[in-house]
Amino acid sequence: MGLKTPLYDSHILQGAKIVDFGGWEMPLHYGSQIEEHHAVRRDAGMFDVSHMGVVDLTGERVREFLQVLLANDVARLKVPGKALYSCMLLPGGGVIDDLIVYLSSPTSFRMVVNAGTRDKDLAWIRQRAADYAVSVHERQDLAMIAIQGPNARHKTASLLAPAARDLVLELPPFRGAAVDSWFIARTGYTGEDGFEVMLPAVDAVKTWSALHAAGVRPAGLGARDTLRLEAGMNLYGNDMDEDHHPLESGLGWTVAFEPGDRDFIGRAALEAARRTAGRDFVGLLLEERGVLRSHQKVCVPGEAGDGAVGEVTSGTFSPTLNRSIALARIPRTTATTVQVEIRGKLYPASIVRPPFVRHGKAMIKV
Amino acid sequence: MSNIPNDLRYTKSHEWVRQLEDGTAEVGISDHAQGALGDLVFAEVPEAGREVSAGEACAVVESVKAASDVYSPLSGTVIAGNSALANQPELLNQEPYGAGWLFRVAPKSADAAAALMSAADYAKYLADEGH
Repeated sequence: MGLKTPLYDSHILQGAKIVDFGGWEMPLHYGSQIEEHHAVRRDAGMFDVSHMGVVDLTGERVREFLQVLLANDVARLKVPGKALYSCMLLPGGGVIDDLIVYLSSPTSFRMVVNAGTRDKDLAWIRQRAADYAVSVHERQDLAMIAIQGPNARHKTASLLAPAARDLVLELPPFRGAAVDSWFIARTGYTGEDGFEVMLPAVDAVKTWSALHAAGVRPAGLGARDTLRLEAGMNLYGNDMDEDHHPLESGLGWTVAFEPGDRDFIGRAALEAARRTAGRDFVGLLLEERGVLRSHQKVCVPGEAGDGAVGEVTSGTFSPTLNRSIALARIPRTTATTVQVEIRGKLYPASIVRPPFVRHGKAMIKV
Repeated sequence: MSNIPNDLRYTKSHEWVRQLEDGTAEVGISDHAQGALGDLVFAEVPEAGREVSAGEACAVVESVKAASDVYSPLSGTVIAGNSALANQPELLNQEPYGAGWLFRVAPKSADAAAALMSAADYAKYLADEGH
């Protein structure tokens, strides 16, 4: 039996099909993942993301520690509640994990890490935290619910007392606030507006029910994957991993090379990588019917001869565009069209710039 | 509980066969199979004239998450693939025993379908498999 979140019984009661995800028994869908996808794009859906790891880091030197640990620079976090997306790198530049870090107070930060990587992440962090006298506290007492969609914030706020309601509705994107024992942040993984709420595990079931009563539709990991891919957001293990650095994973924007004297783990390797041509990370739109899948070969036309080969890192059917889309790592090219090998045959796909969909609207021509 | 019509024959890989009056056979995937696969978004069906052997992978159905092979329950010649699925793959979910059929075969042997599972056998097979 796998691990279960505090909402497991709620999922079963709501008819979820359960699958193993990184050792956790999680809902894949509650009947139709496409309808759940549309609910998030058009109204409001909610995801149980309690399997993710919430880690509080505290100490006088915690900022200095995170400036070494993370490729993005926590100095960018100037006000409490502000969030930053970052990779945590190996010395060779490979990605250990991608995460969100929030500034809680001048001496404490909160990190949210992936479920499948939490154990190795914690081991990595703990090994280094001692040198900075930073305490590392995994918050297994918390559950986490992501409420996403154009009506998600108002439906969530309707559960709160008036003062808290006003407070959270005024949060700018990528900012969170504590509301009693809850932490509510205007973040997400769908390309829609919404909140991610961290709350005591004992509050999870009644909050999930109240959100459902407020018209928020439960959505599973299936919809979560099509939504994030349409939004052009990477999935750890598919689109980046320990064998690939952020610059060839479409994550160059998350690496803070300035100030030049901030010696974060992986810096030297990334500076060397910056000086080579490297590979490109692109979006693909399949021009014909069919479905792009991870690990399919991508043939890039060459100036002379056969060209070169890349790979789809994540592919799916886009319910919003009604076409197949993908993220792919390919050799640098000026071509606008590539060929993807599906079951031994080549199909044309155009290179596009993600996101594919944002705030319910297509961002590319289909 | 999934729907298992009495007048069809079934395979362990969850295809169904309908014997038509002209001696040909229509093939699709069972209600159980479509439910297990989830929302289907693409189907690749065999072209007319293709020779297929029983147990040969000859069609593909793809859900949002994965591609699955469909095996021909009978040996014979494909007479038609269901072209409606190109624009409406959701028919596989909505009408797995009707408009969601995949292909039609002229079987080599007239009584080959009789060797496949009856509805009662298939129901028992699903129960035994813990489906």
